[in-house]
Formats: sequence, C-alpha cells, structure tokens
Amino acid sequence: MPKQINVALIGNPNTGKTSVFNHLTGLNQQVGNYPGITVEKKEGICKLPRGLKAHILDLPGTYSLNASSLDENIVIELLLNKNDKDYPDVAVVVSDVENLKRNLLLFTQIKDLGIPTILVINMADRMERKGISLDVELMEKRLQTKIALVSARKKTGIEELKELIINHRQISTEPCVNASSIAPDYFDRLRKAFPNQSLYKLWLVITQDVNFGNLNRNSLENTPDFQTKKKSDLKRLQQKETIVRYQFINGVLKETFKKDVAAAKDLRSRLDRILTHQVWGYVIFFGILLLIFQAIYDWSSYPMDLIDSTFAFLGEWTKDALPSGVFTNLISEGIIPGLGGIVIFIPQIAFLFLFISLLEESGYMSRVVFLMDRVMRRFGLSGKSVVPLVSGTACAIPAVMATRNIEDWKERLITILVVPFTTCSARLPVYLIIIALVIPNERVLGIFNLQGLTLMLLYLLGFGMSVFSAWVLNKILKIKSKTYFVIEMPDYKLPLFKNVGINVVEKTKSFVFGAGKIILAISIILWVLASYGPTDEFDRAEEIVSEQYGETLSSEEFENHVASVKLENSYIGMMGKGIEPIVRPLGYDWKIGIAIVSSFAAREVFVGTLATIYSVGSDEEKTIKDRMAAETNPILGGPLFNFASGISLLLFYAFAMQCMSTLAIVKRETNSWKWPALQLVAMSGIAYVAALAAFQLLK
Amino acid sequence: MKLTIASLKKGQKGIIKQFSHDDIPLKLLEMGCLPGNKVELVQTAPFRDPMYLNINGSHLAIRKETALLIEIEVVE
Repeated sequence: MPKQINVALIGNPNTGKTSVFNHLTGLNQQVGNYPGITVEKKEGICKLPRGLKAHILDLPGTYSLNASSLDENIVIELLLNKNDKDYPDVAVVVSDVENLKRNLLLFTQIKDLGIPTILVINMADRMERKGISLDVELMEKRLQTKIALVSARKKTGIEELKELIINHRQISTEPCVNASSIAPDYFDRLRKAFPNQSLYKLWLVITQDVNFGNLNRNSLENTPDFQTKKKSDLKRLQQKETIVRYQFINGVLKETFKKDVAAAKDLRSRLDRILTHQVWGYVIFFGILLLIFQAIYDWSSYPMDLIDSTFAFLGEWTKDALPSGVFTNLISEGIIPGLGGIVIFIPQIAFLFLFISLLEESGYMSRVVFLMDRVMRRFGLSGKSVVPLVSGTACAIPAVMATRNIEDWKERLITILVVPFTTCSARLPVYLIIIALVIPNERVLGIFNLQGLTLMLLYLLGFGMSVFSAWVLNKILKIKSKTYFVIEMPDYKLPLFKNVGINVVEKTKSFVFGAGKIILAISIILWVLASYGPTDEFDRAEEIVSEQYGETLSSEEFENHVASVKLENSYIGMMGKGIEPIVRPLGYDWKIGIAIVSSFAAREVFVGTLATIYSVGSDEEKTIKDRMAAETNPILGGPLFNFASGISLLLFYAFAMQCMSTLAIVKRETNSWKWPALQLVAMSGIAYVAALAAFQLLK
Repeated sequence: MKLTIASLKKGQKGIIKQFSHDDIPLKLLEMGCLPGNKVELVQTAPFRDPMYLNINGSHLAIRKETALLIEIEVVE
C-alpha cells in the first residue's frame, strides 16, 4: 500500500484556509490538541484520485514565520523538525486573491525551508467582480511553484489541487528569496559554523527561540567558532528581511497581477461606513447582542421543553419496563436524569456557537475589535479582549485560549483573569431553571419577554463584572509592557454554511461529551450517596414514618415521607446538613448546598444534581422544574425557590469560580498557580458576599 | 512638526516615509506597512483611536500611539 501523503495546510488568517480544509476532508476530520499544549489540532484524511490518500493537517493561521504567539510557534516547530511524524511531504499555502501581496510573504518563507510548496489562490470567484486578472503561468515560473486557483465558495479548483498534491515531487524546492543577502558576512559565518544545516532554518532558530531536532538557540549561540549578534541587531535584520521579501513579491506581482480599479465594486467601504460608524456602529453592535440573547432564550425553549419531558418520560418508562431492583433505580433515578440535565442545553449552546461562528466568518468580529478598543483600554483591556469576552459566553476555555493574539502581556493577563466572569454556557442551565421558577413569564412593552430580559441582564452583569474587575486589576497589577496593537480588517464575506455547520457541530459535541462524562460520573456517585446511609434511621425509615403518622396516610403519601426521611439520613443528606449553616444565610437549604458542592468542579452539574436528588424516591412522571417548584423552605415556609433565594442563587452562580477546567487552562496559559488561585479565592468570595447581600435585602 | 499617520484626515492619503522609532513591531511590516507604500485613513473610532487604514490594499487597524510613530508625506 502506498504511503499516505502528509500535507500541511498553511496560511494567513482570513484566507479561507478552513474552507479549503473542509472541502478536502469533508467530514473525515478530527479536532484534538497538540500534546502538552492546548492549541487546537485539526487533521483529516483526503481521498485523492487513483486510490491515494493524503493526511491533511490544518495549521493555525499565521502571518509569517516570525513567531509572536504560541499558535505560530506550532507552525514553525513542525516545519523545522524533519523527525516529526506530521512533517509535511508537501506544504499547501492558502492565499486570498485580494490580499495576495501580504499572503505571499508567508509563502516565500515556507518555500525557503526547502519543502515542496503549492500555492492555492483562493476566492478566485471574486476576481471578475474586483477587476483582477492573473498571469498564472508566469507567476508559477517566477515563484517556482504550482498554483491552484480555487474557489471554496463555488467549489472549483479542488480537484486540480488534489492532482497537484499527488504530483508534489515535481515541484522545485529551490528558495525564491535569498535571505542571506541582507547580511552576507553574517550568513557566511553561519554557513561555515554549521555546514550541514539549511541556512534559512539556522536563521529562524537564531531569531525565534524555537527548537528543531537537537539544534536550539542556546547551542547555536554557544558554539565556540561562531559569533552571533545582539538582539537589537537581529531584529533590524529581520525587518530588513521582510523588506527584501516584499521587494521580490512586488516585482513578481507587477508582472503577473493586474487590477482594474474601475471595475471594482466596493461593498466593504459601503458596509464599513455604517458598521464602523462612530454612532451607528455601536447601536448595531448592541442590537446584534440583543438579538442573540433573545434568540437563545425564545427560540430554543421549544426543543428544550421537548427534551425535558422526553427524559422525564424515559425515566418513568425504564422503571416500568425493567425488573425492579438496585440496577433499575440507578438507571432511572441516577443516570437518566443526570444525562437529561446536559442534553437539554444542546439547543442553546448550538445557537450560541452558531452566532459566534457567523460573526467571525463574516468578518464582523474585527469591526467589533476596532470599535471597542479605545473603551476597553480604559479598563486595562484591549479591543482584542472583546473576542475572548464574547466567546466566554460559550465557554471560558476557548476564550482563555483566544487571548493569545493579544500582544501586550498585561492586557492579556487581565483578560484571562476576568474572562470567567462572562456568562458561559455552563451557567445557562442554572440560570434558565431558576429564572423559570422565580421570574414570571410575561411580556413587557408588548415585545420583551421578562425572562429573556432577566437573562440579558445576567449577561450584562457578567460583562460588567469582568470590565470592573479588569479596571481594579489594571490599578493593582504592576506590570510594565510596551507592545503594539495591530489587527487585520478582513473583507466582508457571506458565511459559508458548511463551515458554520461543522463548527457548530464540533463545538457542541465537544461540550456535551466533555461535560457529559463528568456529569455522568457525578450523577452515579450522587445516586449512591443518596440511596444509602450510615445510620439506623436510614434503614428504619418505614418504621419512623409509621410511628409518626400511624395509619392516616395514603400509600402514596407514605412512600413520599419515607423517601424524604431516607434522603435526609443518607450520606449525601448528612453532608448537606453539614454545610447547611454556611449556605442558610444565602437562603438555601441542604439540598441546594449539596448541589453547590457537587457543582464545584463544573457548574452545569447543579441542575443534574438537583434532578437526581429530587427524583430519588419519586414515583410520578414530573419534570425537574415541577419538582423544584414544589419544594418548600423548612424554616421560613413558602416555596424554597422564591424571588429572594432565586436572585441570591443567580448572583452566586454569576460570580463563583466553579470550573476545574478553566483553572487548569489558566494555569497552563499563565504558567503559574498564582493566577488561578487568585481567581478561585477572589471570585468565590465575591459570589458569597453578593448572594448573602441579595438574600438578606430581598427576603 | 513631522507629519505622521495620526495627522491624516478621513479619506486622505499619504506615502509612508520612515519610522521615528527603531522598535517598530515586525508584525506591522509583515502586514504591509513599509516605507514607500501608500496609506489611506479609512475610518476612525471615537477620539480618532484606533485608526482603520488601507495600506496598499491591506486593511488594518492600529492605535493612535503607533500611528504617531509612522512618518508620512501627504499626497492627496
């Protein structure tokens, strides 16, 4: 069997690299992580003609091989290390026909590494509209490569690209720009000191602080007969290299690329006139946010109600269908309600990812960065913090990783520290059920749903809290840093349905399975803890109830009382009772206490836990919400979930740092336990105080 | 006073002459902000910061503090 061809897909951000990847691999793709770090690793298998196959690795988008972020490091380390199992047989550089000049910079760098390199010129369908004509043949000759004109949107050129991949051995590996011309002496000395290495690789190792094989920067600098240069001199040389490369590219494009300006119809400037307007820009941005939250609340309520009642029915059905016993109880009272607690949020999470993905694909997100930079800077953040803060509404983990393109360390650190305040999708389950219980389902002003407005307020509270704590941190933290803010403003594009669809499915899947595993495990443990007890009272529950009430109870009432006596005396009941003094001032009983403790690792467990606790010993087919509404407060009387305790719970979950995974990611991204520890202590403290104040004032 | 990108009016164009600071970020050069290139101020956010530029067909936004470091000659 012929070996698979290893293909690395490389390109600037916003060139449609992901669309090309999706076309090559279809659904034959998987998203994982690079070992040891959290950069997303996307790979897939592509079926080529004549029974051949290619392994496609979609590398993170980068503007050049001069790494300034972790994502970019990945690209360089792979391309420098011939022993890596993913080391490409052929590199495919994806470029956008309208930004060819800038995109070719990366191309020339890759080419100079001596890897056969194919150039994909994407968005070829826009050429006519933009008045662009290309002399592809001449360009191939000048760049010593093969070019595929592709339109990911119109699905053209993909087959040609596949042919080029098969025939990659015919592509010249000659460099197109001679980097050594920027400092001939220096490169001469490099060549003499390390005769067996590629010159351009050596140059990258010296300037980048990355390793390849056994060669790293230190070993280069400490080689006796080789004198390197000062950092500032190297930096100047790097600038010179960039200029030399651009000179070459300008020369090539002058001969091969024509743009008839008169033919260009500029959608960009017309849209930007409104979308980045000093007033309308903000109005539109706010409107879009409002639309998203209304959609999440209103549209997803239908599938959610369906899922809720389906799981209630399923639990009941299993109980009837399976022979009664411990195992049946575990399934119907432990696993099914636990799973129901997570499946129910699929509609909302999918909606959220859908919107975020649409905003990013269309190019609008960059405009938001532009609009918000100045405002955010006042709080020690950057315009680029908006993307993490908005993604934080889906999940804090990708949001913390999305801070990597913030150049300034202080701005980046503050963003990381405050991101967990934004309302992530794991809080949604908690918010939704409590809002449904304590906020009336009415409309104000005819259009706004009161529950939807409450949810929006909670989102605003999350944003407000992150911005406020950023402001505080900006005053406290003494970190000096001086960096620059640069962001590309890509062209507006109609989002590709396929890209958005794949993104939504992938993200939702990883959320459900990632969280699902924890929730399933915790719901089993909880069920065991709730079904057994250490004391005599637990075993004698029937007797106790009989003694207390005699023969006055119907058999159903009798069963319910037995169940509640059992729950109180079970292991979990005792644990809950143990922490009750701490949570009582917040308006909670011991059952909520248990739910808070068990959701320490992950917030969304809260609802699953309550579902499990309340379904133990219950015979009727009821939804979680009905059961919670029926609970009464043992001390104050009245429903347990009333306005005061509801708001207190909402505030507690808005502020508390209840997510192990986020703490782990923050540790990894900041490389210190100091910052996650600070987050945990500060956020939990704020949560407790806010919940306490709310309950005491409102009760 | 030297003219910099920060002194451009909306819609005005200039040619980049040089950088008044040695430590100009490489990323800016990589994105096409090079001496000799034409630059146009497309749009500004409130308080003229950040500034949305079109540099030889490459669209990017930079902060005013960075714009002040890039010297230009106004052409139209």
